[in-house]
Amino acid sequence: MATLLEVSGVSVTFDGFRAINNLSIAMAEPELRAVIGPNGAGKTTFMDIVTGKTRPDEGRVLWTERQIDLLKLSESQIATAGIGRKFQKPTVFEDQSVRDNLAMALANKRGPLSVLMWKASAADRARIQDLAEEVGLAARLDHRAGHLSHGQKQWLEIGMLLAQDPRLLLVDEPAAGMTPAEREHTTALLTRAARSRAVMVIEHDMEFIRRLDCRVTVLHEGSVLAEGSLDHVTQDQQVIDVYLGR
Amino acid sequence: MKIDVSSPAAPAPVRRSFLRDNPSVLWFMGLLGLFTLGVTVLSEGMGVGVISTSLVKVLGMTLCLCLIAVAMDVVWGYCGILSLGHFAFFGLGGYAIGMWLMYARTEIVIRDNLGRGTIPPTEAEVSEAVAAQIFGVVGSSELPLIWSFAGSLPFQLAMVVLVPGLLALVFGWLAFRSRVTGVYLSILTQAMTLALSLYLFQNDTGLRGNNGLSGLQNIPGSLHLPQSVISVWFFWASAFALGAGYLLFAWVVSGKFGSVIKAIRDNEARVRFLGYNVEGYKLFVFTLTGIISGIAGALYYPQAGIINPAEIAPIASIYLAVWVAIGGRGRLYGAVIGAALVSLLSSWLTGGGAPNIDLGFYRIVWTDWWLVLLGLGFVLVTLFFPKGIGGLFDYLVRKS
Ligand SMILES: Nc1ncnc2c1ncn2[C@@H]1O[C@H](COP(=O)(O)OP(=O)(O)O)[C@@H](O)[C@H]1O
Ligand SMILES: [Mg+2]
Repeated sequence: MATLLEVSGVSVTFDGFRAINNLSIAMAEPELRAVIGPNGAGKTTFMDIVTGKTRPDEGRVLWTERQIDLLKLSESQIATAGIGRKFQKPTVFEDQSVRDNLAMALANKRGPLSVLMWKASAADRARIQDLAEEVGLAARLDHRAGHLSHGQKQWLEIGMLLAQDPRLLLVDEPAAGMTPAEREHTTALLTRAARSRAVMVIEHDMEFIRRLDCRVTVLHEGSVLAEGSLDHVTQDQQVIDVYLGR
Repeated sequence: MKIDVSSPAAPAPVRRSFLRDNPSVLWFMGLLGLFTLGVTVLSEGMGVGVISTSLVKVLGMTLCLCLIAVAMDVVWGYCGILSLGHFAFFGLGGYAIGMWLMYARTEIVIRDNLGRGTIPPTEAEVSEAVAAQIFGVVGSSELPLIWSFAGSLPFQLAMVVLVPGLLALVFGWLAFRSRVTGVYLSILTQAMTLALSLYLFQNDTGLRGNNGLSGLQNIPGSLHLPQSVISVWFFWASAFALGAGYLLFAWVVSGKFGSVIKAIRDNEARVRFLGYNVEGYKLFVFTLTGIISGIAGALYYPQAGIINPAEIAPIASIYLAVWVAIGGRGRLYGAVIGAALVSLLSSWLTGGGAPNIDLGFYRIVWTDWWLVLLGLGFVLVTLFFPKGIGGLFDYLVRKS
C-alpha cells in the first residue's frame, strides 16, 4: 500500500477563524476511509483544500508517488490528475439527461476542440451503460437528471465520479436524506469502488460508518482528534466528550 | 414550474445523425429557404415588384440581426454569459467592410475624374485625393494608418473576422481569467462597448468620428447596377449567413460541447471539479460568437448604407439581450423569433408605418411610446413566460 495523498501541517483561516488547524492526513491506495466529526469540524473545508477550491495558508498537499504539489494546480487540473469529488449537496446537471451527465464525466479529452468533435464510441456507450448499471440507473439513462429522486441524484453523482476514473474519490455526506434501503445500496457502491481506489467518505451516520467497516478519522476544530478502527475511536474519551457524548 | 416526475422523457438512444436528432434545424432551414424564395419572387429587383427595394433591405438587415441574436443566445442562453457587448463586435465588422466600400468607391470616382485630364494621375495623387475626399469632413486630408490596406477587399474581409475576434479573445481572456462572472461581467462588457463607442466618436481616431462611414450601399465594381438588384444580393447573402450560422451553432450546442457549456451555465464550479477548464470554454464561446457577430455586422451595414459610433452604443447590446429573452433563451429559433419580431415591430412603429392612435384626450405617438411598449413586453415575458415566445413550441410538441 503506497501513499497516494499526503496532507501535512495544513492550516486555513477564514476572517481570523481557524477552520483547519495544522491538519495532517494520509491516504493509501487502495483504501476506504471514513471521516467523522461534529458540524463545523472542517471536514468539507479539508476536501475544498485537496480539490483546489480553497487555498491553505500553510502546509503541503502531495499527490501520488511522484509527489505532485496539488497547491500549485487549478481545480480542473486536480480533477484531471485523478481526484474526483462528490459534494455535500447533490449537484448533477438537472437540465440534462442521466446519459449526458455521465458522458461529460467520462475520462476522455477535455479540451474544447476535442469535446466539440467528440462522438460516443462503442466503448464509451458500453462504459456509460456499465456505470448506469453499477449505480442502479440503467433504466433512467434518458431521463432528465432533475426528475430523479434525491437518492438517485446522489448515485448519479457517484456514477459521474466513477466515470472520471479517479484514483481518489472524496465523498461528502453521501447518505444524507436517504432511506435505509438507499443507504445500503450506497455502502455497497462505495466499498466496491474502494477495492481498486482510495475512497474517503465524510458521514455522520454511525450505522453507515459501521457498515463501511474501515479506518476512521475523527476531526475536531480543524485537526485530527483520533484515528483507527471504529471501535477504537468510539472508545476514545476525547471523542466521546466532543462528539459522541452530546 | 411544474415537473412531471412520472412521465418518462422522450427516449433518444444512440446518436444517429445530427439533423435527425435536431428536427428543428431542418424546419428552420426549410422556412428560411421558403422565405428567401418568396422575397426574391416578390422583390422589385428580381421578381414581380410587390416588395419595395427598401423593404427588401429591411428584411435583409433583419436576417443579420437574427444571426447576431442566435450568437447571443449561444453565449447567454447556453453558456450563461450575459454579454452586453456583442453589438460592439457587430459594429466592428461593419466598420471593417465599410472602410473597403468607402475607399474603393471613392477611388473609382476619383480615377474617373482625374483620368479625364491629359496626363494619367500617379498612384500617390489618387491616394491623396481619396484621403482628402473621405476625411475632409473631419478636417484632415491624410490617410490614417489603419486605412493602409482599405483598398484591398481580401484584407478588409479578413479584418471583419480578425478585429472582432481579437477584441473578444483579449477581452474575454482578461475577464474570464480573473473569474469575473454574473452581473460584474455584464457591466464589464458594457464598459467595453461604451469605451469603444466613445473612442469612435472622436474625430482623430481615423474612422470619421460621429460622421461614421456612409454611402455603403454603393458596391464598388457594381456601381452601374440598380439598388433594387443589389438589395436582393445582400438579402441572399444575409439569408445564407443566417442559415450557415444557425447550422454551425446548432451543431456546436448539440452533443457534448453543448452539454458542457450548459453545465457551465448551471454550475460552473461543479464543471471545474469534473476536470474541464471552464475559462477556456467561455473564451471559446465568447470569441466564436464575437466573430459571427462581426460577420453579421459586415452584411448589415452595406444594406443600412451608413454606420456611425451611435450604432455601437451600449443600448444596442441591451436590446439584443431583450430580443433573446423575449424570443426564448436556450433555443436558437427562439432568438430568431425574438430578433425578427421585435426589430420589425420597432421599425414599423418608429418608422411611421403604424397609425398613431387618437384617444381624444391623448394621442399615442408610437415613436414615443414604442420603448415603453418594449419595456412592458420584456417585463411581462420575464415574469410570466420565462421561456419566451419560443417556449410556446413546447406546448405544441407536447400536444401532438
Ligand atoms: N468560505 C468560508 N468562509 C468562512 N468560513 C468558512 C468557509 N468555509 C467554511 N467556513 C467555516 O469553517 C468551519 C468548518 O466548516 P466545514 O468544513 O464546512 O465543516 P464540516 O464540513 O466539518 O461541517 C465552519 O465553522 C465554517 O463556518
Ligand atoms: Mg460539511
